[in-house]
Amino acid sequence: MFPSTPMEDVLFISSPEFLRKASLGYSGLLADIYWMRVVQYFGRKHLRDSMQYRALAPLLDMTTTLDPNLVVAYEWGSTFLQQPPPSGAGDDDAAVALIRKGIRNNPDNWRLYFTLGFIQYLGQNDYLGAAKTFEEGSKVPNAHPWMKIMAAKMLTDAGNIDTARYMWQNIYNESTDKNLKQNAELHLASLVVDQEIPYLESLTSQFRARTGRTPTSWRDLIASGLLRSIPRDPTGASYVLRDDGHVVVSDWKKLPFIQKGKPE
Amino acid sequence: MTNRIRDIAFNTFRETVRDRVLYNLVFFALLLVATAPLLGQISVGVQRVLLVNLSLSAISIFGIVISIFVGISLVSKEIEKRTLYPVLSRPIGRGEFIVGKYFGLVGTLLVNTLAMSTGFYLELLLMARSTPRADANILFGIYFLFLQFMILISLSLLFSSFSSPLLSALFTLSMFVAGTLAGDLRSFASISSGPQKWLATATSYLIPNLSSLNVITRVAHDQLIPPALLGYNTLYALLYSAATVSGAVLIFSRRNLK
Repeated sequence: MFPSTPMEDVLFISSPEFLRKASLGYSGLLADIYWMRVVQYFGRKHLRDSMQYRALAPLLDMTTTLDPNLVVAYEWGSTFLQQPPPSGAGDDDAAVALIRKGIRNNPDNWRLYFTLGFIQYLGQNDYLGAAKTFEEGSKVPNAHPWMKIMAAKMLTDAGNIDTARYMWQNIYNESTDKNLKQNAELHLASLVVDQEIPYLESLTSQFRARTGRTPTSWRDLIASGLLRSIPRDPTGASYVLRDDGHVVVSDWKKLPFIQKGKPE
Repeated sequence: MTNRIRDIAFNTFRETVRDRVLYNLVFFALLLVATAPLLGQISVGVQRVLLVNLSLSAISIFGIVISIFVGISLVSKEIEKRTLYPVLSRPIGRGEFIVGKYFGLVGTLLVNTLAMSTGFYLELLLMARSTPRADANILFGIYFLFLQFMILISLSLLFSSFSSPLLSALFTLSMFVAGTLAGDLRSFASISSGPQKWLATATSYLIPNLSSLNVITRVAHDQLIPPALLGYNTLYALLYSAATVSGAVLIFSRRNLK
């Protein structure tokens, strides 16, 4: 703890094992309280677009030591850890370590294997690792049939955007939690943007090749027959055509997971 | 003899169940249960788990407080108010007095536990709008908590049979804390050697094994309680309480009350 460390990043008790013993049998309740703290901590940092989430991994370790069967802490916690700043802590290793701890303590929960495979695939680009994880997870009783499909896709089409879309669509379809559904919806929307931006920029290149100048607005492209109407992103807002011919979204905060089209 | 024990038990029950402090504690416990859904709103995915953990922990904590603090005053209050002497001047043995007090307070805890459990199940029904099988499993968790109360009442009676109220409370609380760590003590005994091993083993059997009676986290996650554990814990609690109450009877019978 340093004088400049904000209070919200300070852990007054740093040993999860000590706290578990000191809980006198009420470790489950303490775990729920720590989980509430994790959610509030992440939410506050996220709203402020913070680039540092120092206490996130230790708080999650505390929560899952107090209650090793609190699966939601592994699932959501790994997502909080994995997402790049400012959306999350951007710590793939901590996310993987957390999920592996979850699998050790809950070996019959196939969704944890799915989450691990997801992090390996999307976060670490470790397609072989992801394939192995999906394969292991598919053997868990009551595992969803598409775990096997994901294992196969990791080995053959991992880099393909359709694979990512397939994964997010299944998450959206299978989730009962509205926050998870919303998260999956945002990811699907971001995939649409990541496909549309390069296409729209290719149209501006075509326009430049034809006319010798960069289009100044979408109307130029509509007038030249390259577009039928002003293109809109999945949120309904129109894409913004910049002077240099690049295309960006008008409000990237509504599409936090896009890789392309972020205004600098 | 049975009639005399029953009469003392019934009187003890009547006295303790009217205690205003008890009503406040039960009310506060029910209030905590009612706030669980609100707390679930500031978190993600833990509404039901939080409700079960918070409610059963509230039942446990308040039950333990009542077991210890009412338990230690059962005998000491009678001595202080000098109401013990007219009771013992009748053909009522000291042992019957202690056993009657024990059953009276156990009855009170039973009523309190049922009241708090009813509040909890109503809350659960409101939240889930149905009663899946897993909710019945929670009853076993509550039953185990009640077995804990029986053990703690017997301990508080044991200590109050020879000690002051303050020391009795301290001893009983210490046994509660030690009891929750009984599993760790047994693990320590298994890896020790020599006199340390024997001391640790003997202590681990002397202190109540309260850790096996606390399955709150397990039932919160809908993990089924094996029937064998049900039988084992019931037998254990009955035997331990019987032994402790017998100790209290032995000590109290020989105590000089002048």
